[in-house]
Amino acid sequence: MTAGPLVLLIEDEAQMRRFLRAALESHGFRFLEAVTAQEGTALATSHNPDVILLDLGLPDLDGLELARRLREWSTTPIIVISARGQEEDKVGALDAGADDYLTKPFGTGELLARIRVALRHSALAAEGRESPVFETSHWRLDQARREVTVRGEVVHLTPLEYKLLATLVRHAGRVLTHHQLLREVWGHGSAQPHYLRVYMAQLRHKLEEDPARPQCFLTEPGVGYRLRWP
Amino acid sequence: MTSERPDPDALLRKVQDEETRAQRAKLKVFFGASPGVGKTYAMLSEARERKAMGVDVVIGVVETHGRSETAALVEGFESVPPRELPYRGIFMQEFDLEAAKRRKPHLILMDELAHTNVQGSRHEKRWQDVLDLLDAGIDVYTTINVQHMESLRDVVAQITGIIVRESVPDTVLERADEFELVDLPPEDLLQRLREGKVYVPDQARHALDRFFRKGNLLALRELALRQTAQNVDAQMRRYMASEGIQKTWGAGDRLLVCVGPHQLSVRLVRATRRLAATLGGSWVALYVETARHLRYAPEDQARIEAHLRLAEQLGAETAVIEGGTAIGPDILRFAREHNITKIVVGKPARPRLRELLRGSLVDELIRNSGDIDVFVITGDEGQEAARPALEPRAREPWTAWLWAVFMVTAASTVGLLLFRRTELADLVMLYVLGIALVAARHGRRPSLLASFLSVAAFDFLFIPPYHTFAVGDFRHIGTFAILMFTGWLIGTLTERIRQQARLARVREQRTGALLRLSKELAASAGSMELVESAIHSVAAQFHTEAVILLPDANRRLAAPRKAPAFAFTDQEQGVAQWVFEHGEPGGRGTATLPGSRATYLPLRASGGIVGVMGVLPEGEAQWTEPDQRTLLEAFASQTALAVERLHLAARHEDARRRMDEEQLRNTLLSSVSHDLRTPLGAITGAASTLLEQGEAIPEATQRELFRSIQDEAQRMHRLVTNLLDITRLESGAVVVRKAWTPLEEVVGLALNRTEQSLAGRPVKVELPPDLPLVPLDEVLLSQVLVNLLENAGKHTPPGTPVEVRAWSTGAAVTLVVADGGPGLVEGEEERIFDKLVRGSRHGGEPGAGLGLAICRAIVEAHGGRIQAANRSQGGAQFLVTLPLDGAPPELPTESEEGVE
Repeated sequence: MTAGPLVLLIEDEAQMRRFLRAALESHGFRFLEAVTAQEGTALATSHNPDVILLDLGLPDLDGLELARRLREWSTTPIIVISARGQEEDKVGALDAGADDYLTKPFGTGELLARIRVALRHSALAAEGRESPVFETSHWRLDQARREVTVRGEVVHLTPLEYKLLATLVRHAGRVLTHHQLLREVWGHGSAQPHYLRVYMAQLRHKLEEDPARPQCFLTEPGVGYRLRWP
Repeated sequence: MTSERPDPDALLRKVQDEETRAQRAKLKVFFGASPGVGKTYAMLSEARERKAMGVDVVIGVVETHGRSETAALVEGFESVPPRELPYRGIFMQEFDLEAAKRRKPHLILMDELAHTNVQGSRHEKRWQDVLDLLDAGIDVYTTINVQHMESLRDVVAQITGIIVRESVPDTVLERADEFELVDLPPEDLLQRLREGKVYVPDQARHALDRFFRKGNLLALRELALRQTAQNVDAQMRRYMASEGIQKTWGAGDRLLVCVGPHQLSVRLVRATRRLAATLGGSWVALYVETARHLRYAPEDQARIEAHLRLAEQLGAETAVIEGGTAIGPDILRFAREHNITKIVVGKPARPRLRELLRGSLVDELIRNSGDIDVFVITGDEGQEAARPALEPRAREPWTAWLWAVFMVTAASTVGLLLFRRTELADLVMLYVLGIALVAARHGRRPSLLASFLSVAAFDFLFIPPYHTFAVGDFRHIGTFAILMFTGWLIGTLTERIRQQARLARVREQRTGALLRLSKELAASAGSMELVESAIHSVAAQFHTEAVILLPDANRRLAAPRKAPAFAFTDQEQGVAQWVFEHGEPGGRGTATLPGSRATYLPLRASGGIVGVMGVLPEGEAQWTEPDQRTLLEAFASQTALAVERLHLAARHEDARRRMDEEQLRNTLLSSVSHDLRTPLGAITGAASTLLEQGEAIPEATQRELFRSIQDEAQRMHRLVTNLLDITRLESGAVVVRKAWTPLEEVVGLALNRTEQSLAGRPVKVELPPDLPLVPLDEVLLSQVLVNLLENAGKHTPPGTPVEVRAWSTGAAVTLVVADGGPGLVEGEEERIFDKLVRGSRHGGEPGAGLGLAICRAIVEAHGGRIQAANRSQGGAQFLVTLPLDGAPPELPTESEEGVE
């Protein structure tokens, strides 16, 4: 694995850089690091990394602003890592174009999972088409046949439930904000935020083994939802 | 509106006065005995010197009167451009106060202190502009002639025969830091006058010819010199006082002047002011309100008020007390209660006879004054012809006179029936009875008519020769006289009783209104509510519009929350702000900005001005009447006290809360430092062991050390998160973002996050399928559930089952987290929600005791309740009740063509 995926870390704290370098290089990633936003932008342009890990508290520019600027010309997945744990910050980062969000402190396992999801999505986007079938241990969605089955049994979904499920599947593994989901499923209409919660509950009841302990349809409190990548 | 202050306050005021004097801007007065002595010239010369020394000098107003020598001095000075004000169709130039304050020079020249400003200026008088400038920290040079001093006006009028309209209160001149007399011997002045060097407008030439007579000038010069000496003396005394030099003058003199509607009162007030200034004492102007007060014509009542205001302007305290028929004892009682040493009264102008009958106030005061000196001031003969102020206000209705005739007729009829069967004296009694009845019903004058008719009828019917008015026996004349006199006496006495009753009624109404106001104010909880009830009361009492403006933290008055019906413009706001800053009434009917729509009164409480009350005089007479004005001021001061009371209560509460918080913070700090150090110790220990002897340690132990580093770090993370949460919750930084959410979602979140801390304890979830959506903040509420579940994990043995249940009552939803552990210690159910409290059965598990405190803060922020209890079957349960507040909008129904 000489040519593992290239990760660019933009982070001003030396301890964090040391930890992340150790963790990622031991998992076969190639690693680039930048201390300032300026340096980060230069490296992103010159090396075209596969994933960017971005800290929000940079010395020369607010991380959100940097994410916005990177998004203007690059489709490279951006995962924000920050000590700012407030929901507004998370939503702000996602709206600014970040693909995912991790709050410090986090474990290596969690970070690797997020990086993998990001890489898989960019790989799928590069292929230009998505797999029509999404399958978990419990249920299966076949988009070509517009069919949902739980343990082999066909389950009836309303059109909106299906649209919501399809949207979640398209972004599987990533956080989708309430706003993003409402826009994608209900369009720009007068949909109220609680529609989404009610439909999510219905999906859980139809597809989860124990809807009170969801394993697939995860709530990101105050931010939105995430469909766990199987 | 008795506003008495004890002497120590005056002393304190003096001290504060000295303190402010040191820092504030300086006022220098160029004082002259008459026009033409060269005040302006002297002022300009000195200003030139100051300018040469580098002082920033600007001309505010200088009247050169076309004199070339003066005009030459003006050159080279910057001056504040005057403002053009439309006045009766033409434009008048007037000093621009705002521009001067914006320019803010070090020193400004303001000629003619006594000048009256053109209508539309901020202040009515120039001396008010000067005070404003001084308040703004600008030094002022000004000029004034002796005849313009308020307290010397009468004297000057006596000397010259000219009454001066424009005057300046003495208090303004007393504020002067320097007082320079510009002196010119009368011969030289007359010489200058002849040479045309003194400006005299043509239309005034005649009057001024009378004025500029040598005798006048000499007298005026003497007056000016004396006044200067007095001012210098006052300055010296101020200096001595400030330097702690033993005072050598008679201390503690307190003068009392009694005022009434009479013109003489003005002289009395001014004389007392002079006397008080000479003696260095304070003084009080007193009006005794008696039953007669109601009989005064409105203009007389207004005059009484004006006299009190004049005294106030001249630096007196004023008081109004209620008195009986003879006011002497009331005055003396007031004097004793207020440590008065000297009483000033006017010499009575009553006829001697009346004095003999009723006794004289002066005599009574002198006889009973004890150690209080009594000064009697005379009035001019010319002014003596005061208006008869004692006309009754209301006329009797014609029925009253009819009643008098009827009663006499009735008495005569009965008398005729009894005639010759009874004594003549009994018949007289009949008439007396009739007169008494008329007096009781209709007062004095109809009873006088009845007396007269009675005498006539009695004579006509019962005194021989009958049926003529002739009197045969002259002894009967005495009977007539007695009948007449009795009638008059009864009438007068009943009239007085009636008046007293009326006055009592008026006073009762006034007291009643005040009582109602104070009750309402006492009952109001917040300042907004208070302001509203005060506005309401004022509006109801005076049939007018009212606003109350309270200042914000920067001492700017906030615009009224509820816009009053009259246009509350920025200009009105400006007036209110001025009133607030200066603590004097302003606006319509006052000397400052009389052009505004409403009148503004400062809300003065013991600690200073707390706000401003604005009143729109609806019918002009409504409350400009002195009675009403006094009542309005009483309303204002009640409101002020109530506002202050609220402020004090809030401050007290604030201080108490701060103390509590301080104590809590200390406990928290010590607890937190312990809880943070413990995991840090473990981490440091494990890490250093691994670093120093990593190779030597068996692999299993190494893993154990690594694990403990991770566990301890997570523990610290939890603690820090809790600390941040509670801080944010308590500081109010957390906004509860409620959204209609299924409880299942929150439960699911919490269960996923507590999998580790519950460590395999079985959790039973019972959520009815018809549970409604609940308005909640999922982030915060899932935190509550997480804390409750972690608690269950902490306090129960491994494997103990945990239950999560919920139900709805329609108005609220209750969520229960129950465990089968040892339960709570009896009596601790409430206490465990306090910060830093750990249940007595708390194991060794660390944590700053914040978890349940956070829960309570969050639930209460949702408007809900959290309770703890023991379950009957053993174990503890926590009940979270959240209000539903209606229901979310229905979801649109979806067409049922589903996706298979």
